[in-house]
Amino acid sequence: MRWQALVSLGVLKGMGVTLKTFLETYPWGRGLLRTLRIPPTNGLVTVQYPDVKQQHAERFRYFPFLVYDKTPDDLRCVACKICEQECPPQCIHIVGPAKDAQGRPLKAHGRTFPVAFDIDMSICMSCRICVDVCPFDAIEMDNQYELSSSGRWEPMVYDKAKLLKSAEYFQQIKPAEASEVDARLAAKAKKAAPPPT
Amino acid sequence: MELKPATASMATELLEVSLGPQHPSTHGVFRMQATLDGETIVKLKPVMGYLHRNHEQIGEHTTYIASFPFTDRLDYFCAMSNNFGLALAIEKLGGVPASERGEYLRVIMAELTRLVNHTAVIGFLLNDMGAFGTPLLYAFREREKILDLFEEASGSRMMCNYVRPGGVRQDVPPGWLDRARTLVRGYPLFLDEFEALLTENEIIRQRAQQVGILPKALAVSASVTGPMLRASGVNYDIRKVDGYSIYPRFSFKIPLGTVGDVYDRYYVRILEMRESVKILEQALKEINDASPSISPKGLALVKAPRTFRPPKGEAYGRIEAPKGELGFYLVSDGTPQPYRYHVRAPSFINLTVLEDMCLNHKVADVIIILGSVDIVMGEVDR
Repeated sequence: MRWQALVSLGVLKGMGVTLKTFLETYPWGRGLLRTLRIPPTNGLVTVQYPDVKQQHAERFRYFPFLVYDKTPDDLRCVACKICEQECPPQCIHIVGPAKDAQGRPLKAHGRTFPVAFDIDMSICMSCRICVDVCPFDAIEMDNQYELSSSGRWEPMVYDKAKLLKSAEYFQQIKPAEASEVDARLAAKAKKAAPPPT
Repeated sequence: MELKPATASMATELLEVSLGPQHPSTHGVFRMQATLDGETIVKLKPVMGYLHRNHEQIGEHTTYIASFPFTDRLDYFCAMSNNFGLALAIEKLGGVPASERGEYLRVIMAELTRLVNHTAVIGFLLNDMGAFGTPLLYAFREREKILDLFEEASGSRMMCNYVRPGGVRQDVPPGWLDRARTLVRGYPLFLDEFEALLTENEIIRQRAQQVGILPKALAVSASVTGPMLRASGVNYDIRKVDGYSIYPRFSFKIPLGTVGDVYDRYYVRILEMRESVKILEQALKEINDASPSISPKGLALVKAPRTFRPPKGEAYGRIEAPKGELGFYLVSDGTPQPYRYHVRAPSFINLTVLEDMCLNHKVADVIIILGSVDIVMGEVDR
C-alpha cells in the first residue's frame, strides 16, 4: 500500500531535525538539548530588523560620497570626469572644472574643482567602479543604506553639497581603507613636493 | 433512468493554460504556455523575454571592466562565478596573467558560490514540491553565513563585483581565511542535517523519483550542462574537461546520477556540495599569503579601464558555473570596447529541454521539473 510507505523512518528522521531546530530557538530548549548531550548547531539567527540592526562588514558599500580634507571647499575632486565616463549605469553628472570670466581654471587649495557634481541615487548600482578608477581618491563608498524617500528628483539626485563628507568620517566608517588611502596620498604629496634646498 | 459513467466516447477538448509569468513557482517572470488534456501536459511552450535588459548590447558600449557589475545581475545567486567567467575571457583576449593568490581566491569564491547556489536551489525545489518554508529557510540560514563572508571580502552580499582579470579587486581582509576555514569545516554538518531532513524522506522519494526523466542522449544533443547533465549520467564537468584556472591542482570527484529524474538532480547537487567542500579545504590549505591578490597588469586594468585595448581577435572564456557551462565570448577590434560580447547562459540552454521532460506528466509535476532545472530569469533573458 502506498500510504504505508509514507509514514516511516525517513519522515520521522526529518521530523527529528525540525524538532531539534525548533528547540534551539528557545533558551529552555537549548538547556534541554544540553542536558540530553545533543550538540548545538545554530540557535536563533534572525534579528528584529528596525529595532535591532546587524553589524555590517567594514567594506560594506552602498552609495558614493565625495571626500574633503579639512574644510568643505577643500575637496579632493578636481573634476577630471573619469568616474563620469567609467560609471557603468552612467549615474554621475559633473559640470566643471570651474573657470573664471576669462576661461582660466579657478583653483581652491591648489586644485581645480567641479561646479556641480550630481549622482542619481536611483540609478547608482553600488558597484564601486568610480572608487577604483579615481586617480585622486576623491570618491569613496558610504555605508548608509536607509536612503528611501518619496520623491523621484529632489531627494534622489544627490548634489555636491549633499555628497560632501569629511576625511574624518571616512576614517571613522572604514579605518582600514582610509589608512591605505592616506598613506598613498602622503606618498604622492612627498613625491610632488620640491626637493629641499 | 440509467446513469452512465463518464466514458471515452465523451467529447473532450484540450485546454490551454498560461502558467506564469507572475507566479512564484516560475522562479521569476517566466511563462509556460501549457496545453492540457485533463491534467496531463500534451504541449508546453516556454515563453521568455520578460526580463530582457539588453546585457550584451550594453557590454558592447562600455569598457571591458564596466561589464562586471552587469554580470553580477545575470545569475544573481552566483555573482562571483559570473565575474570569474568574464575575467577568464578577458585574460585570454588581452593576455593578462593572473597572480597566484588571486587564482586561489577566485577558486575559493567560485566554490563558495556553488555552495550558495546549490543550497538555495534545493530549498526552492522543496518549496515547489510543497514543503513550504522549512527546507528553504534552513538553506537560507546557511547561505547567509557565506554571504557574510562575501560582504566582508567584496563589500556586497550578492552583487559582489569582486573578481577581476588577473586576480581579485582587493585582497581579503585579515582573518577572512580563518573565518572561511571555520565555515568550510562546519558545512558538512549542515549537509548531514539537510540530508537527514530530505534524502531518505519517503514523501520526497514518491514525489520526485521517476518524474521528469531527461534521457542521456537528449541531454547531450540539447547541449544541457551542469548538474542536470550529470544527473543524467554524463561525466562532463568543465573543471575537469577544460582544467581552467588552478582546478587541475585539486583532487575531487564528479558525482553522477543514474536515472536523470528530479530526485537525481537533487541528489547530485548534494554530492557536488560535498566535493566543493573538499576543493575548498585544499584551496584554503594551499593558499599562499605572500603573493599579491592581483597581477600588475590586472591592477592597471582596474585602475584605468580605457587604456586596455586588447589586440584584434576573439576569445571564449568558460567556467563550470553552479548551473552549468557559463561562457563569455568576446571579439575585440582593438578599441577599449568589445566589438561583440556574447554570454552563453546555462539556465537558458538547460531550459530548452523543459517540454521534453514535462510531456505526459501532470501540471503539478511541471512545477517541480522546472524547479529542478535550476533557472534564474536574470540569466535566461539577460
